[in-house]
Amino acid sequence: MATPRVRRSTAALGSTVLATALLLSACSSGGTGSADSAGGKVTLTVDLFGTFGFKEAGLYDEYAKLHPNITIKQTDTQDEGQYWQALQTKLAGGGGLADIQGLEVGRVAGVVQKQADKFTDLKTLGLGDVNDGLVEWKGAAIRTADGKVLGAGTDIGPEAICYRTDLFKAAGLPTDRTELAAKWSSWQGYLDLGKQYAAKAEAGNAWTDSAAGMFTAEVGQQKVRYADESGKPVYDSSPAVKTAWADATALVADGLSAKLAQWTPEWNKAFSTGRFATLSCPAWMIGYIKGQAGDAGAGKWDIAPGPGRTGNWGGSYLTVPRTAKHPKEAAELIKWLTAKEQQATLFTKQGSFPSSTGAQDAIKDATDAYFNNAPIGRIFSESAKAMPAQVLGTDDGVIGKAFTDALGEVERTGTAPDTAWKHALDNVKKANGN
Amino acid sequence: MALSSTARLPAAEPAKRPARPGRRLAPYGFLAPFFVLFAAFGLFPLLYTAWVSLHRVELQTSDRMDWLGLQNYTRLLDDPFFWNALRNTFTIGVLSTVPQLLMALGLAHLLNHRLRGRAFYRVAMLMPYATSVAAATLVFAQLFGRDYGLINWVLSSTGLHPVDWQAGTWASQLGVSTIVTWRWTGYNALIYLAGMQSIPGELYESAAVDGASRWQQFRHVTVPGLRPTIVFTVIVSTIGATQLFGEPLLYEGNSGGGISHQYQTLGLYLYEQGWTFFHLGRAAAVAWVMFLLIVLLALLNAAIAARRNRTDR
Repeated sequence: MATPRVRRSTAALGSTVLATALLLSACSSGGTGSADSAGGKVTLTVDLFGTFGFKEAGLYDEYAKLHPNITIKQTDTQDEGQYWQALQTKLAGGGGLADIQGLEVGRVAGVVQKQADKFTDLKTLGLGDVNDGLVEWKGAAIRTADGKVLGAGTDIGPEAICYRTDLFKAAGLPTDRTELAAKWSSWQGYLDLGKQYAAKAEAGNAWTDSAAGMFTAEVGQQKVRYADESGKPVYDSSPAVKTAWADATALVADGLSAKLAQWTPEWNKAFSTGRFATLSCPAWMIGYIKGQAGDAGAGKWDIAPGPGRTGNWGGSYLTVPRTAKHPKEAAELIKWLTAKEQQATLFTKQGSFPSSTGAQDAIKDATDAYFNNAPIGRIFSESAKAMPAQVLGTDDGVIGKAFTDALGEVERTGTAPDTAWKHALDNVKKANGN
Repeated sequence: MALSSTARLPAAEPAKRPARPGRRLAPYGFLAPFFVLFAAFGLFPLLYTAWVSLHRVELQTSDRMDWLGLQNYTRLLDDPFFWNALRNTFTIGVLSTVPQLLMALGLAHLLNHRLRGRAFYRVAMLMPYATSVAAATLVFAQLFGRDYGLINWVLSSTGLHPVDWQAGTWASQLGVSTIVTWRWTGYNALIYLAGMQSIPGELYESAAVDGASRWQQFRHVTVPGLRPTIVFTVIVSTIGATQLFGEPLLYEGNSGGGISHQYQTLGLYLYEQGWTFFHLGRAAAVAWVMFLLIVLLALLNAAIAARRNRTDR
């Protein structure tokens, strides 16, 4: 009786060990590449944040027509902060990266200085310098000290002001673009007109969405913001930050802010309900407004040149990570997507302002029916022409968020501006530290 | 157990037949998968985290480790944000655990009586527990919305001031605690209910004969009878509260825990250090501090329970 039992248990022992071993080996062999290039067919994966608009503008379909062997699969994350976290995790792990990864301008300096080895130098793929036709600083920002080109520039973010003509009328303000542009030629003028608006507007319809939006736009007008040319952090003393901070806190003190946090569901909803009458508007915001306010918002919005007449907020790059499965095909797609014809299409359809000088010439006369036929080509071109070549620091993203969070404290919890300023500096220190 | 006792029997026939190695090893073989998995996914990460916490490790350059000694820990104790997170973890823990357990006790008491549709109530109470954290939190975040949330709509239509449930310190902590309470009350109520059903009915009968009211029965029969169950739920809830993460992360969708970090818990602080700021060494140090804290709390709980048991006897 004993023997069969022993045998059974030995067998059980053996099979358990075997099962465990199988389980473990199954874990370790997962996730290696799939052979999809059989028969010349190539599937390119593209991972982006926010709304680049390639798909919406029909560019992928057009490319697929030109290259029948290529299939493009795009994934995207709305919030750039979350996208960046995921990208860093994948870069560290070395897996899960797409053939093409988007990169926001605030992150570029860090990538160029610390992570150049994780991306493909596009010059090595025999396509020449993909950034040749772009405005000078756009290409320079993604070039390493030893001349590697880590990505191709897509759009830039020249600034203007978007406003609601219906709310302006109701408050007895003029709605003509030139007249308004003259009234808010400076940020002080913008605040003064806001006070005039607030005196007559219905309660609950604020002048602008947030102090953060105004702050970011104003800081974006200066060459030196958070770090100086040598890379030294100057965010606690630079005049750009100090002036913008003073103006943004004045906005709150005057009760002109709807106290919304940008990129939240509440903010998105406010686009259609009319909680605010003006919005600091980099060119790509056009697409965002159309997406959030929808067809019901058509004709209610307009665009005028903003205070200071210039500024840059955002803009992006496309990169090919080292681990890309089809670097050559990916680079060809990037080159095509960032070429002047496609950049021009993207502006007329989505509002992303071209970094290519050729495309900028092509769209000079573009207008947008959604925005009362505003001459968006002319307004944003003029803003772009006066744009400073911004100095980019490695921690711009983190620093910008610390200041906009602190402004949120000022508007939403009534924190004194001086205390909130201290919080912002503490938060930057927390992120960098040591 | 059974195997060893039969082996020790001074058996009649082939007297000391030594157990074959396979027979002696079999139980270990059956246990092995657990221990292999535990070593790989429990013990090793724990020890490796300790090793990482003694270095400067950045996610962007994660192949580089610079020895720091205890600097990550001393820096942590100097960081006001760490103490802020610890304080928040404590207040949110109290705000969620105390009402949660009290309500669970009351609900279990009600369900313990004969009630029409009892089975329905029992299943219904487990539903929040079966809901994913993400789904529940997203719904609650909408309800607590400042401008378009249902709760503020009700408040303002009854003439009260709407509350900024995201930015206010107490308001936001209350919001997060509500989600936790909603999810776990039913679960704890069912555990209490099981405990109550093991209390012999005669105790209630004799208490009733002695003239004890319902309340007195609850206090002097139910609660003492439930003591081990209560200790269990308190320990589990304390551990859960210390590790609270999903609800505050998704409440506004960022790892900062609010614009002033007013509801950033230790779990979120760890995540922010590791995956927003990419300081893996510091995150590892936070993880170990949290681990020690939980061990300490569990020991404290056990000690209090043991003392109460002793003084009662």
